[in-house]
Amino acid sequence: MYDFHYHRPGPLAEASALIADCRDGVYLAGGQTLIATLKQRLARPSDVVDLGAIDGLAGITLRGGVIEIGAMTLHADVAASEDVRKAIPALGALAAMIGDPQVRKRGTIGGSLATNDPAADYPAAVLALAATIHTDRRDIAADDFFRDLFETALAPGEIITKVSFPLPERAGYAKFPNPASRYAMVGVMVGVMAADLGGGVRVAVTGAGACVFRQPDMEAALSKSFTAAAIEAIVVSDEDFNDDIHGSAEYRAHLVTVMAKRAVDAADCGPRP
Amino acid sequence: MSHQISLTVNGQAVTETVEARTLLVDLLRERLGLTGAHVGCDTSQCGACVVHVNGRAVTSCAVLAVQLDGCQVVTIEGIAMGDTPHPMQAAFHEHHGLQCGFCTPGMVMSAIALLNHNPHPSERQIRAGLAGNLCRCTGYHNIVKAIAACAAQAS
Repeated sequence: MYDFHYHRPGPLAEASALIADCRDGVYLAGGQTLIATLKQRLARPSDVVDLGAIDGLAGITLRGGVIEIGAMTLHADVAASEDVRKAIPALGALAAMIGDPQVRKRGTIGGSLATNDPAADYPAAVLALAATIHTDRRDIAADDFFRDLFETALAPGEIITKVSFPLPERAGYAKFPNPASRYAMVGVMVGVMAADLGGGVRVAVTGAGACVFRQPDMEAALSKSFTAAAIEAIVVSDEDFNDDIHGSAEYRAHLVTVMAKRAVDAADCGPRP
Repeated sequence: MSHQISLTVNGQAVTETVEARTLLVDLLRERLGLTGAHVGCDTSQCGACVVHVNGRAVTSCAVLAVQLDGCQVVTIEGIAMGDTPHPMQAAFHEHHGLQCGFCTPGMVMSAIALLNHNPHPSERQIRAGLAGNLCRCTGYHNIVKAIAACAAQAS
């Protein structure tokens, strides 16, 4: 690993001020992607600004039909949260599937979203559940957040502070993990929006392409009939899909339908608070 | 760039000056002489370097030492009571939960964290709890047996 200047600011505003002054600074959240990247010398930032000492960035609150998760909340804490289990059980189940137990005790939701790894789990939940990403500057709708491979709508220096999920009527997640890394070969989250949010079904796919995306054919079919049978015959195009030693594009395309069916079968609704 | 950090390692206060890029596992092994946490893969996949930070099991090759100013770290060297092995170490010995022993420190530290969180795990939960720890010798069966026995003994 190349050396760098390390900063551990207390106030949030100091973190963004520090980054603005750096030649090539990066934020450090849980470090479960960044530190591995630095070790492999795939990145050489001049400065690392650790968000670990900033108060108020971690925690989970459930109120008014929305569950809010602070950006520095660990995957393990989302997986173990009673509020998450009550409100959106599929979100807790997804968090419990990320990486391995050690990754879940360092990795954070904000770090995962800011990184936007093509095979990360959280982007599927955020997109399928129409969550909002709150930053130190603005609120960004999930549909506008994920741009491309490792690319998001975040401006340079912008910091995710929390993510708010409106409670869905139902939601389910299924993934086929790579057995070595436990990243999603393909993961599919389905969400049925609450009636007061316009209803409708959203299907988000991670692991298959360069970036998480919605699957409109499945959304239309599931809006008519929320059953695995309704999407069974949908053939997903493998155009621009990921194709590597772990699985061909064609294989991943097939997995999308298989995982979507499992996600529908797994979909459950929590009791409303 | 160097930073002075103070943390507690196995109950002892430690103050060290480290480079920003120093990994926790390197601080433990090279500066403090605690070589129990092993660098197996160095890509955060094998779990041989697992230690506890503030009571939670983490891979010490995926954490910077400088992040842990003020933290409590416990390594495999810090769990026995004098000459008496920790019950998990005794269970691994009793049930032959190791062959070459390279993965064992990480296995034991993950297993202790697992039981702290879930004192009576099912076999499936034990196996899921070891998802981040690779063993190339045992096929895991005796490791799982050892952890189950340790859990049963504690109840």
